[in-house]
Order: sequence, then structure tokens, then C-alpha cells
Amino acid sequence: MQNLQLLFQAPVFNVQLFLDGLFIGAIFALAAFGMALVWGVMNIINVAQGEFVMLGGFITLLVVQAGLSPLLGIPAAALALFVLGWLLYRLVIWRIVDGDMFISLLATFGISIMMQQLMNEIFGADVRTAESGLGVWYLFDGMVTVTQIKVAAFALSIVIGLLLWLFLKNARLGQAIRATAQNARAARILGVDTDRVYAATYAINAALCGAAGALVVMAWSIHPYMGLPYTLRSFMIVIIAGLGNLAGVIAAGLGLGVAEQFAGFLLGAEFQLAFVFLLLVAVLVGRQISLARKRQYLK
Amino acid sequence: MSTRTAGIIAYAALFAIGLFGPWLFPAHLSQFSKLWLFMVLALSWDLLGGQTGYNSFGNIMFFGIGMYASAVLQVGLIYPVADYTAAKGGGTEFVFSAQQIYAGLALGVPFGGLVAMLAAVVFGALLLGMRGHYFAIATLGLAVATAELAAGWDYIGAGSGMIAPPLPNDIDGTRLFYYLSFALAMLTIAFLAWLYATRFRLAINAIRDDEDKAEALGHYTVRNKMAAWAISALFTGLAGAIYGNLSRFIDPHDIAFNAEVGVWMILMAILGGMGTLWGPVIGAIVFFISKELFWTYLLGWQRVALGALIVVIVVFFPEGIVGWVKNRWPRLFAPPTEEDSPRQPDNGGEAAHA
Amino acid sequence: MHELQATDRPLLEVKHVTKRFGGVVANHDISLSVERGTIVGLIGPNGSGKTTLFNCIVGHHPIDEGEIWFKGQEISRYRVDHIARMGLVRTFQQTHIFGRMTCIENMLTSLPPARRGLRDLFGHGRRADRARALELLEFVGLYSKRHHQAGSLSFGQQKLLEFAMALMNEPEMLLLDEPTAGINPTLINGLVDRLRRANSEMGITLLVIEHNMRVIMNMAEYIYCLAHGELLASGPPEDIRNDQRVIDAYLGVS
Repeated sequence: MQNLQLLFQAPVFNVQLFLDGLFIGAIFALAAFGMALVWGVMNIINVAQGEFVMLGGFITLLVVQAGLSPLLGIPAAALALFVLGWLLYRLVIWRIVDGDMFISLLATFGISIMMQQLMNEIFGADVRTAESGLGVWYLFDGMVTVTQIKVAAFALSIVIGLLLWLFLKNARLGQAIRATAQNARAARILGVDTDRVYAATYAINAALCGAAGALVVMAWSIHPYMGLPYTLRSFMIVIIAGLGNLAGVIAAGLGLGVAEQFAGFLLGAEFQLAFVFLLLVAVLVGRQISLARKRQYLK
Repeated sequence: MSTRTAGIIAYAALFAIGLFGPWLFPAHLSQFSKLWLFMVLALSWDLLGGQTGYNSFGNIMFFGIGMYASAVLQVGLIYPVADYTAAKGGGTEFVFSAQQIYAGLALGVPFGGLVAMLAAVVFGALLLGMRGHYFAIATLGLAVATAELAAGWDYIGAGSGMIAPPLPNDIDGTRLFYYLSFALAMLTIAFLAWLYATRFRLAINAIRDDEDKAEALGHYTVRNKMAAWAISALFTGLAGAIYGNLSRFIDPHDIAFNAEVGVWMILMAILGGMGTLWGPVIGAIVFFISKELFWTYLLGWQRVALGALIVVIVVFFPEGIVGWVKNRWPRLFAPPTEEDSPRQPDNGGEAAHA
Repeated sequence: MHELQATDRPLLEVKHVTKRFGGVVANHDISLSVERGTIVGLIGPNGSGKTTLFNCIVGHHPIDEGEIWFKGQEISRYRVDHIARMGLVRTFQQTHIFGRMTCIENMLTSLPPARRGLRDLFGHGRRADRARALELLEFVGLYSKRHHQAGSLSFGQQKLLEFAMALMNEPEMLLLDEPTAGINPTLINGLVDRLRRANSEMGITLLVIEHNMRVIMNMAEYIYCLAHGELLASGPPEDIRNDQRVIDAYLGVS
């Protein structure tokens, strides 16, 4: 527990961990928002969520290789993933929308391992990062370093989340999506083309993850097998925040980011992921116990 | 041909192929050992998933727990485990005699199964109150967490893993572990065949079909779910214990707690037909052969092919091979024709009489 | 056929039970009692809290206030399965059966608690149990469907199967949630006859939620009427039929 003492002796470390946690937490929130959307509207838990993030990162790398600014990677990744999401819906997902959720878990898992190895074959298994060209801020006499791209990533994730929220609230398609989420059959009777709504929902989710991935590759790093932790984090955030609760998703995402940074610092980096997964189990068990008191259960 | 004769023929064929395996396919003996173990994984997953309706994505943790527990005991009987793992397989002073190996296996393998079973009871108390996909994701989270913990624990070699006790020259390891795997597969099939003939199958199928109703009828649902998971974990743990010795090298992420293998178990059961005894057996054979072919001929793209296979299986064949055969030839599975006792004909509950 | 209790207390006593869901009071201060061997009716308009009360009695919902006594024990803190094993079993309004099992398997799954020990659980079943299962299937007229998948039966047949399963359980008391709803009118007389026989021949005490007034007024010895989550009236059928409050709230002009 040497590191714990360190946190008390040099409180400035807390600031560093806290800020880093907030920055990455915004990315978690973005991916989780997409998961909540697909879950709420289509009753599908998309296990390929983390792979969409990873793909967004690799597309940004392609943009950089083409000699363009990595910042252009954000719209490029979002657009490419939107198309991919639409295609995936047309090929596979439409067959499992009304089915058993267990089937959708497995099918999207199949998609995720396909993507992992495809990217591994194309880009190799190395950890990659894209240089954003932005500078670094030094706070507290250089004790705390803040790369500007992380701040930008944080701000952009929040902005994208808010834009999506406004879209769902006001746009025609957004309203159709919300109607379908509440009662697909009634929406169909009222003339909503639910098939299109599902396709759009899945594609929007992929685009969100793509944008998140573009931010991840600039501010942090990516590799072909990074997906599963992102998927499970999204799941955990949705469980904590509930479906259709943007503020909750952002709060839970930021909270998770911060908790993870502190856990990684205190327990050692090798236990950071273990902490995330155990936290997921703990959250589920906690929810289960509180429901059991009301003689209900998680389902 | 009645289902009964077909069953007997199938048992006999499986047994004969297994028994004479070392002469039938000497070059692929270790692959076939893995096939037997995969069959055990599919069968034991199906006990909880197909029969009890609790789709665990994390049964792989029992595989890994059994593997490590067995290896630790096998080593620990002779040498301090921490020294052994610290040497990372390079310590030439860690020599095992044939007797020590046999004793280690005789104690270690059952120990691995029991530890896995114990873990299932503990985790079951925490997780079996959840249903549906919450249970699936919780088990997945737990399995990945276990992998991370194993990869961070120096006593069992942390991230660099553990080597199974090296065999002396006078033991033919390939054949020894082949027969161990084969024996475990036969034991699992025989045990489950017995178990599914008892009332226990009705009790767990009731949980699968309608858990609220089972509870309302006064079933000990908690106990029955727990028992199903514990038995499932026991066999998975035994398979893990043998697999560790078979592969010689225990890596926390790639061998012991590989989440992908955790999904393979599910896939084998679905492919063959969930909720049946023979489904997982057939599914394991078909899946394992396809997987080996992918790994041989599509190396580099094998997971792409596998992912596509997963999607195709779950989207188009959720009933599995046995389910497909049942739909195709329903008469093979017709109810027994013999009368329970002579009765006057009734009206199927449709017409009234007071 | 059940051992006699050395007590003159009613078999089931609900005392001042209140159940809230969030701010909604589903049951408010409800008290009722059911004597051993009787048939008691529970009526009231939709949403009056009848099914909620059932759910509270069998342990499905925890209650907020009050007590529930069955066979001289306070059971409101017990789990559903524990209460069922004490001999208090319910059926559901929407049928709950084991859809992927055959009718006979459904019956064998509903064996009485005494047949659920480890020896029976890991045994192959006794001939007597199977004979009784077939006998009960015959009793409800489903003998010829015994090897059919329960999920493939019609709604009415599923309802009869659920009733047979409840009898198989040999409960001391059965809570029936709208046993005749969704049943072919020509079948109702047969079903009522079977309910009566379950009561008189097997000694099972019945508490029945029913909207079919002809059925319940005929069958029940005593009736409780709920409205808006509260107990409105209680008494023998003829009193209830003529009770002005019940007529206003539920029966309408009769």
C-alpha cells in the first residue's frame, strides 16, 4: 500500500488520476450510450461494441496514413462505422432482433471475433496510436500533465452525446426510434417502418463507437484485442444508469473512469482490468441482493 | 430400428473408436484427446445451459480453476510451488519420477474437479439469483476477472503461466493423457445418461421452462440450480485438470481462462442440440473437426471463419443437429406406444360433461 | 386425508395486510379467514387487488403491514417455495406450465413435497406416482394428451393441466386465480364439478378468484368482495348478491 501513502503525501497525484479518469470515462460513457440505445430499442446486447470502438481507431489510423489530420478521423470513423453498422444489420442483426437475447449475445460475439482477427491480419497485433499534433498542458509546476487531445476527447464525447440526445428528442427519426423502443408493435401499426428504425439505431450505435474509437487512438492507444473490456464497461455503465438516461450514463461513465484510474494506481496496473470485471460482478450482485429483498430478481 | 437400439449402437461405436484410438489415428492422438475433453465441456455446459436454462458464458473459469488447482497439487506434493513457478520451467532440478507423476495425477485431477465444484457453489450463491442475460454477463465478467487475477498471481506463475510437471522418459504422455481424456468423456456421458433418467432432469427442466411455476409448486429451486451448476463445474474442472497436463503449458489467458473457448462450449451444445444428451456429443465432434480444419487450412483467418460459423449456427440452426433430425423424422422420437394402463377414451378436455 | 390440527383456528388468516407499490396502495388493511375444508370466493372489479393479495399470501410479494397465518404459523416472511411445501399452492391467471415437457412429465414435476427428497430426486420415479399422475390427467380429461408437449395444448387445456398439477401436489389449500377464465363455456360445468370434487373427495380447501358470478355464487360458501384495494363486503353468497355496496361497485344491476 505504498501508493496509498503516496496519494496522501502528494495530493497532487489525486488530481492527475482524477483528471485521467474523467477523460477516459467520457469515452466509456459514449460507447455505453450506444449500447443503451441498441439494448433499449432492439433488445439486443451488442457484444461487438468494443470492436466497433477498435475499428474506429483503425480507420483513423488509415486517415493519418493518407496524410490527413487525425482529427478528420472522427467524422471518417463515424461515417464508416455507420455504413458498417447498417450492413451488419441488413446481413445478420435483423434476423435476431425479435429472438432470444441469448442468441443475440452469441451472434454479436461471433461478429466480434471476426473483427478482431480481421484487424489483426490487416494491421498486426501491435499497440497503435495516432499523433494528434496537439500540445500538452503542465499544471501544478509540472506535477500534473494534461495532453490537450484528452481534454478535446472529453469535450467532444460530451458534445456528441448531447447532439445524439437532441436528435432522439427532436428529429423525426429520433422520435420514431423512441416510439419503437416503447412499443414496437404499436409503432408498426402507427406506420413506423421499424425495420428501418432498427437499422438506423444499430448504425448510429456503430457510428458513436467509431467516433469514440477515433478519440481513443489519438488520446490513448488501440490494438485488435482491446474490445471485450470496452463491451463489459458499457454493460456495467448501462446497468448502473439504466436505459434511456443520458445524465446517468455520463455520470456512471465518468465515475467508472475515475475508479479505474485509482484502482490501477493502488493495486498495480496488472490488476486494473481485474478490478473492472470484479466491479461489474459486484454491481450485479449488489443489484441482485437489493432486489431479492423485494422478492424480485434481475432479469 | 428403435431409439434404444440406435442408442446402444452409438454408445458401442463411440466406445470402440475411443478404445482403439491410439491405433486408428496415431498421428493425431493429442487432437483426439482434446476432442474428448471438449465433449466433456459441451456436455457439462449443457447441464446448466440446455437443461436448467441458465446460459453461463463463464463456465471456462471452472476449466481454468481445475487446471491450476490440479497442477498446483501435482507440483506441491513434491516441491514448493513458488520455487517451481519462479523457475518458469527452466529449473532442471525439478524432476518427477513415474510414481510421483501417477500419484500427482491420481490426487491432482480429482482435486481440480472438487475445487472447481466448490467455486461453483460459492459463485452460485452470488449469481444464480440473476436470470437471463444478466446471469450470462455476470458469469462472463467473473470468468474474465478470474483470468486477470490468475495472470497477476505470482504463486502460480502470474502472466507467464505454469508448466505441468515434466514427465520422465518411461511415461508415454500422449497415450496416458489420451486414455485419461477418453475415460473422462465416457464417465461424463454415463453419469449424465443416468442423471437425465432421474427425476432430477424434470426438476431442472422445470426451472428452464418456468422457474416461477417451479417455485410455486414448492420445488427447492435454489438447491437444484446449485446442484446442476456444481456438477457442471465438477466435470469442467476435471477436464481442465487433464487438459493442463495434456497441453503441458498452462497460460492464464490463452489456455486456462480463454473466454473464446468458454463460448465454444456453448456453440458445441447449440450445434448438436441443447437440452439433449447426444446433442453436445455430436456438436463437439462436428465443431472440433471444423475448428481443426480451420486452424490447419485457414491459419491467420481461422477466427474469421469461426466467427462466421458462430453467426451461421446461432442464427440459422438454433435447434441444432438433433433438433433438426427430430423435426425431419419425428417418428424416431415418438412417445412410447405401450399403454400405461387400459383406459376409457377421454375427450382431450374439450367437450363438456358434468 | 390430512392430519387434523388440534386447533380451532382457521386454516388461513390474513390480518390487516397492506401492500404498496411505490405510492400506489394495492391492498389496504385487508383481513380475511378461510376455514379448513371450505370453498371461499374472492370477487371484485379488475384492479381491485385480488391477484396482488394472492401474490402476498403465497409469498410472491413481501407485505408492508399485517400478518398472514397458515396452519398456525406466520408465513409472510417465508419464501414462495417454502410456503408451497407447507401445503399452500396457487395457480396463475395466465397459465404457467412447463411448455417443453410432456403432460405426464408436467404432472410428475408436481409431485407432493414428501416425494421431493434426495432419494426420489435421484430415483427413476415410482409406479404409484405415475399411476396417480395418469389418474389425475384422466380426472381433468387430458389422458389422451399425456405424451403431448404441454406448450402445444390450447389455453383451456393448459388451464386444466395446471389444475391437475396443483392437485398432484396434494396441497391442503389451493388458491385458484380465475379458473374458468378463457375456458370454453361448455367446459365450465365440468370444471366446477371437478373443483367441488377436489374439495369434497380430496379435502382441499379452496380460495377462488372468479369473475363468473354464476359459478362463484354456486360454489362458494362464503365470499369476500374487494374494491379499490380494500375489503368492501363479506358474507354468504346470498348476502353478497343483495349487498348494495357490492352491486354499486361491481355487480351492477342484477
